[in-house]
Amino acid sequence: MTTAQGSGQRALPPHPSFLWRNPDPRNSYDVVIVGGGGHGLATAYYLAKVHGITNVAVLERGWLAGGNMARNTTIIRSNYLWDESAAIYEKSLKLWEGLEDELGYDIFFSQRGVLNLAHTLQDQRDSVRRVEANRLNGVDAEYISPEQVKEVCPIINISQDIRYPVMGATYQPRAGIAKHDWVAWGYARRASELGVDLIQNCEVTGFDMDGDRVVGVRTTRGNIKAGRVALAAAGHTSTLTELAGFRVPIQSHPLQALVSELHEMIHPTVVMSNHVHVYVSQAHKGELVMGAGVDSYNGYGQRGSFHVIEHQMSAAVELFPAFSRAHLLRTWGGIVDVTLDASPIMGLTPVDGMYVDCGWGTGGFKAVPGAGFAFAHTIANNEPHELNRPYSLERFVTGELIDEHGAAAVAH
Amino acid sequence: MLMIECPHCGVRPEGEFTYGGQAHVPYPEDPQALTDEEWAQYLFYRDNPKGTFRERWVHSAGCRKWFNAIRDTRTYDITSTYLGAAPAEANSTQGAQ
Repeated sequence: MTTAQGSGQRALPPHPSFLWRNPDPRNSYDVVIVGGGGHGLATAYYLAKVHGITNVAVLERGWLAGGNMARNTTIIRSNYLWDESAAIYEKSLKLWEGLEDELGYDIFFSQRGVLNLAHTLQDQRDSVRRVEANRLNGVDAEYISPEQVKEVCPIINISQDIRYPVMGATYQPRAGIAKHDWVAWGYARRASELGVDLIQNCEVTGFDMDGDRVVGVRTTRGNIKAGRVALAAAGHTSTLTELAGFRVPIQSHPLQALVSELHEMIHPTVVMSNHVHVYVSQAHKGELVMGAGVDSYNGYGQRGSFHVIEHQMSAAVELFPAFSRAHLLRTWGGIVDVTLDASPIMGLTPVDGMYVDCGWGTGGFKAVPGAGFAFAHTIANNEPHELNRPYSLERFVTGELIDEHGAAAVAH
Repeated sequence: MLMIECPHCGVRPEGEFTYGGQAHVPYPEDPQALTDEEWAQYLFYRDNPKGTFRERWVHSAGCRKWFNAIRDTRTYDITSTYLGAAPAEANSTQGAQ
């Protein structure tokens, strides 16, 4: 197991203003990607790198990677239950493992492992089942005892005298974290070098259609003709598909996270607990980074209710008594796009030439490389990659759902 | 935390309530007659507007009765809560910016 301990202070990358061009939009592109977050940027990169499609624009309503890409808790893992999920998340993890070389950019990818705690008998059974499923799919996983949990993460409280004692955990040693901003910047820089136009402050306000086919996008920076249009807008996907005349089965919810002030390195891994709704790691600078469950109500406000944070903090303090001395520095919210089977939607749409990548809910960051890779293939070939074929919109009609509520970790 | 006015109990903190999603989604009159596509729409598809939303809440730690609310999903402001059918101003703000 590698830890951040001893890694010391590392140099900051060049200022992001100079990592990519900031062109005005041209009047026509082969592919227009709506959404300049992790998924949109990775999709643009793989379109250019793998498929040679470089006449591409990424349109971002705000600033690059300022939505969920700036708001997540950066956890990367592939220990999902079902074959379809293991395939795409494990592909993503393998891409993460080579990403610093691929992008020629430091992203602080740190494979410090993830513990998913079990607090009930049912948690234990589900965890063991998931570990066995992971192994069959070539995903590194083991089920460990509370004492082994304590060895991996010495600050955790494994006393039986708490409300939900730790009864065991799944452990994926290859899981970890990365520096989210730098991941976005790394993809943006390479995409821009390959010819992709990254256009910020450019909100899509409508689509131009020719029959059933999309032929252009209307934006706050003018109309742009488009051969193909790819939506990668996470929590705002519904607002775009309404403009295009179809619906997606997602609900947008606020999801909150928070950080403490900087501390010495005390937390060597990533700990997640479905049952008590907290997940925590320690960033390279030293902040404790914690996430909560989603707020129950639909919302686009990029903030949530305080009682959700209170619930999360009470769980965190019981599991990590040392945290009771830490101070909260910042809280924030993002808007996550939740599906009813806790699995993403990626593929073709009822509109010819339009593709959608959404529904990643609370876990989209880890999927950035894998989703970008598969979505680029889908756009380039007008048909899904094998990795995302199961994630079509049609599954809600056929009933071939991919129920990942257990492994999706956060309350969906 | 939202402050929500239960039509029966008055204004109470959000923690006493449970969310129920979009309001006024009737069970199909003849489910057997639906196509797979129509059944999928009923089961999985709900409005997801950025703007005014009519939604259900239940006062689970109070009177335990269901009611409806009109809430803005951008500001989270609840403009009214009511029982039964939707008030006259129809639920027509889907996709409102």
